[in-house]
Amino acid sequence: MARVLLFGALADVAGWREREVEATAISSLRARLAADDATLGQALQRPGVQVALDKALTRGDAPLGPTTEVAFLPPMSGG
Amino acid sequence: MSVHLETAPLRPGEMLDRFTAGRSETGAIVSFTGLMRAEHGAADTLYLDAYPGFTEAEIARTEAEAQARFALQDSLIVHRHGAIAPGEPIVFVATAAAHRRAAFEAADHLMDYLKSRAPFWKRSSGPAGASWIEPTAQDLDDAARWDVVPWDVAPAAEDAG
Repeated sequence: MARVLLFGALADVAGWREREVEATAISSLRARLAADDATLGQALQRPGVQVALDKALTRGDAPLGPTTEVAFLPPMSGG
Repeated sequence: MSVHLETAPLRPGEMLDRFTAGRSETGAIVSFTGLMRAEHGAADTLYLDAYPGFTEAEIARTEAEAQARFALQDSLIVHRHGAIAPGEPIVFVATAAAHRRAAFEAADHLMDYLKSRAPFWKRSSGPAGASWIEPTAQDLDDAARWDVVPWDVAPAAEDAG
């Protein structure tokens, strides 16, 4: 079970900020989230949305462990 | 050098007093406090979303770069997240250096980064509703002032030999 975190506008789109999701890779996690909520699936694909695994930015696909924290980060706005 | 996220209101005067205390080799301390504007009644709440752990670590990387670039002796960055009301401090930055120019420039640099590229997501709410805010063109231009200019980068090796 990956621990999925959404920030900013992505959390508004989804209606949740944190959820446990069964997935073994980022690609299958994206597919699972899109199957549950097509609007969120599209929002996660928008340019500028970054992914962090256990608080480190990553690119492309990557395997997920049973306790990996996956954060989807919209474009950062500064404070 | 330290970076902190806070949900409680900031007390800039107390933070500056603590930052200033006990320095015998510092010639200059510059501090900056950013406040939330009401935009003449258009904004009543600023909500700043942060990713605790990640947000501080990303800011600390830029803080470390600034320390090396401006020969800072010390710096402190304290940033609110959560719901913020007009007039409340959003961010406090203090820099300490042997001489004033380094302290001024480092504080300016850190604030331009914090306003445009730091890992926050902000939503402004008011009588007309709520919306997520992107950095302004001015914020991005301000931050770009500090980027390394292309002619400072070593040329590609293709001309070698």
